[in-house]
Amino acid sequence: MTVLLVQILTGIAGASSLFLVAAGLTVIFGVTRVVNFSHGSLYMLGAYIAWSVFGHLPHTPLGFVLSAVAAALALGILGAALEVTLLRRIYRAPELLQLLATFGVVLMVQDIAQAIWGAEDLTIARPNWMRAFVVLGGERFPLYDLILIATGPVVLGALWLILHRTRFGTLVRAATQDREMVAALGVDQYVLFTAVFALGAALAGLGGALGLPDGSANLQLDLSVITDAFVVVVVGGLGSITGAYLASLLIGVLQALGILLVPKLTLVIVFVVMAAVLVLRPQGLLGRAGATVREAAAPSLVRPAEPALLGLGLAALIALALAPLIVGPFALSVLTEAMTAVLFAASLHFMMGPGGMPSFGHAAWFGLGAYGVALARSMLSAPMPIALLIAPAIAAVVALAFGWFVVRLAGVYLAMLTLAFAQILWAVAVQWAEITGGDNGILGVWPPHALASPRALYWFTLVLCTAGALVLRRVLYAPFGYALRGARDSDLRAEAIGLPTARLRLVAFVIAGAAAGLAGGLTGFGKGSVFPTYLSIGHSVDALLMVLLGGVQTIAGPIVGAFAYTGLYDALLLVTGQWRLVLGAAIVVLVLAFPQGIAGAAMSAWRRRAA
Amino acid sequence: MPLTRRSLLAVGTATLAAPAIARGAGKPVLIGEINSYTAAPAFTLPYRNGWQLAVEHINAAGGVLGRPIQVISRDDAGKPANAIRLAGELLNEQNVDLLAGGYLSNIGLAISDFAKQKGKLYVAGEPLTDALVWKNGHRLCFRLRPSTYMQVAMLVAEAAKLPAKRWVTVAPNYEYGTSAVKWFKQLMTEARPDVRFVAEQWPALGKIDAGATVAALAEAKPEGIFNATFGGDLTNFVRQGNTRGLFEGRNVISLLTGEPEYLDPLGEEAPEGWIVTGYPVESDTTPADAAFIATYKRKYNELPRMGSVVGYALIYAIVAGIARAGSTETDAMADRGFPGASFQTPFGPAMWRAIDHQSTLGTFVGRIALKNGRGTMVDWHYVDGAKVMPSDEEVRRMRPA
Repeated sequence: MTVLLVQILTGIAGASSLFLVAAGLTVIFGVTRVVNFSHGSLYMLGAYIAWSVFGHLPHTPLGFVLSAVAAALALGILGAALEVTLLRRIYRAPELLQLLATFGVVLMVQDIAQAIWGAEDLTIARPNWMRAFVVLGGERFPLYDLILIATGPVVLGALWLILHRTRFGTLVRAATQDREMVAALGVDQYVLFTAVFALGAALAGLGGALGLPDGSANLQLDLSVITDAFVVVVVGGLGSITGAYLASLLIGVLQALGILLVPKLTLVIVFVVMAAVLVLRPQGLLGRAGATVREAAAPSLVRPAEPALLGLGLAALIALALAPLIVGPFALSVLTEAMTAVLFAASLHFMMGPGGMPSFGHAAWFGLGAYGVALARSMLSAPMPIALLIAPAIAAVVALAFGWFVVRLAGVYLAMLTLAFAQILWAVAVQWAEITGGDNGILGVWPPHALASPRALYWFTLVLCTAGALVLRRVLYAPFGYALRGARDSDLRAEAIGLPTARLRLVAFVIAGAAAGLAGGLTGFGKGSVFPTYLSIGHSVDALLMVLLGGVQTIAGPIVGAFAYTGLYDALLLVTGQWRLVLGAAIVVLVLAFPQGIAGAAMSAWRRRAA
Repeated sequence: MPLTRRSLLAVGTATLAAPAIARGAGKPVLIGEINSYTAAPAFTLPYRNGWQLAVEHINAAGGVLGRPIQVISRDDAGKPANAIRLAGELLNEQNVDLLAGGYLSNIGLAISDFAKQKGKLYVAGEPLTDALVWKNGHRLCFRLRPSTYMQVAMLVAEAAKLPAKRWVTVAPNYEYGTSAVKWFKQLMTEARPDVRFVAEQWPALGKIDAGATVAALAEAKPEGIFNATFGGDLTNFVRQGNTRGLFEGRNVISLLTGEPEYLDPLGEEAPEGWIVTGYPVESDTTPADAAFIATYKRKYNELPRMGSVVGYALIYAIVAGIARAGSTETDAMADRGFPGASFQTPFGPAMWRAIDHQSTLGTFVGRIALKNGRGTMVDWHYVDGAKVMPSDEEVRRMRPA
């Protein structure tokens, strides 16, 4: 019995830590709709700054509180600066573009933090009061955990008071519900947004500081907290602070009990909880049906490109087909990878652009294709053509099963459910070592002799990926594609004219999954090995970056984005040790210069010239 | 070249006296090196310092085969797909004579499989997975660091002497952790049929829920604890364990914890009495080690880490294989040069085993103690890698022909 009590209390302490990160994220999202990917970086900076400050202060409770306050203040200022210099410029940009911009910030902060604080983990020396404990039924329970348990509700209460008992809070709540109306009533949105962002960032900084006594300030903190924070925000319901606290409690306690009962579940427990909640409650625990967002008018209809642009595409394709006659084997391997990236990005674009279903877990289908090929080769000794058919087929079948749950959701909820499914698949790949080889992956998936040369492999990949991308394009300009876009732009009207919107989305989901599966299968052959990294969040983010960089509202966007991103990434990795700083800065500059994506900007420029 | 304090000092002076590359004539021997420089900087930056120092020393002493050596280094950002692409770049664009490096096990395996496919030699430095030389071993792949099996075997020799019978294990939930626990259980049960394993914990790498993990382990009322977590997870685990009294009156056997990379961040909370593998860098273990530490400190103004030793020894191990082959031709290196070649390391002499291409470089086993408010290894002894290998029949059984 005692152990259960101790475990539940430990879970509640963990929940407070989770809540501190997630609260800031949900405040920011609720008002500004910014999917702030850099929230984990703000948390990490909070930990580092608190470490630096605490080193100069007496190690008393007061000294620690001052360090935490200093970290929160510093991050508040930094958050405000981030909002003013970067995010303010792209509020009107297409959905999720802020995710791309803040990802650039994540990359830059990684290099900057390493330059300032070094590569090794930094810990504070714990004074006695931090190591103290109370005895509960014979078990020692850390005093600091009790402090954390109290901190969560205190912060929740303080936020509630700010939001419900101040003018600022009233405005924030109003803006969460209808931000145009607030603007129309003469409230300076910019000041409001900056303040909200500063508040959210300060909460992240506070969270980082309060995590120090139990751990360290290290360079992995940013990415290790960001997914959990997103999960809490979504499970609680976007923009709901009380919901975020309830979600933290649910996840923290289930995780602590899960460790006791099924220790191997650690990789997935958080995502299983999220999937279950979203399937049962598509708006999260306390989320409300979509806030009014008027300015996001339906994007203009994307028509087939004009002949001149088609000619340009054709010329590019011919150049790609002739490339092996000019460039060496390494450049060809880069191009081969870029081609699979094109199909991967195009398949995601198919879902999130015309399909209106953003995905944070698109790597699932890519990885299934890659594993399909690898297992077909290693276990069934299937010949390559069969193995390559298996790749999209298995992705499509699993997409059909998962999609049934996914298509009933919308927006960020939908995206997070795809993330949950992708993480569950990733955990299977890591843990089912007898079949998947676990972390060490499946080796020796090389193509048959006929395709062993870099040229042959490249042409083969070029043909299949181009064909895949063209099929996706064809589908979009078929009646199915128009119906799909109709369902995206107005679900109600589409239903009213008799379109089966859920089924349309499901079919689109399956098509996108199959195309990504093919890209994954080709990658398995091209690289000769398959690893769980192909299913990882990082790989899903890669696909998002490519689509957003190219532009969501053009058909050519994902193609341009895939070439731009893989080109930049591969080149920078070769030439500089500070590639994260440069790549991050490049992404930020590109976002500011081309909020509609590179292809989107090119298209606008073209139209202006033509007009 | 035997690595002694005197020769190192001589080399040091020579380096000052003459430009480094000038001494070796002819086209340099090119080593294509890949590692996770941005993804795991705490290990790889000292590692880079280590190999850079070795390259300086070797070139100052005339290089190998009368040629200087040159390392062309790439960052894989922690992803196997990058490592394979960069290996292709090193091969096709830079025309390197062999591939080397690796930190994560899956990246080591990816490069190894690539090298096998392309017919190039690959010398892995750090990747610990046993699969690299056993299950997925092949003619063209060599590995320097003592593997997970070897380090666990070193620790089992100590653990078997302890009175503890009820054991629990805690290890990160991925290949390194699962194989460490698998070997510990197997070897421990062989050495001590009376031990029992009563609980296990598998925290996600980098995301340990330390309080809950510690409480769950304590609930099993163990007498002994086997730990394989490291890095940030280890810090969190130790802090919760200290507060909750998990380690009091219990024997703890811990993999890698004595390596300065992981011991330093524990600060004054370094858990006294843990029996660990690692590197007692404050102790000047051997004359060669003392000389290495002195030159390293002079150049980089800090103490070497385990990574520094791996980087330094890797270059000497490669050069020994090339010198013995008398050529940088892949077949000559793989069949005549490397197998059986002996080389010097800061830890003492080692060689490349012919049977499985594992080096016999060992590591130190000792106890953690506090000195001047920080953790250090005491009562250490060096365990030669050759002493903790399974029998030759066993190795042949695990390794494909």
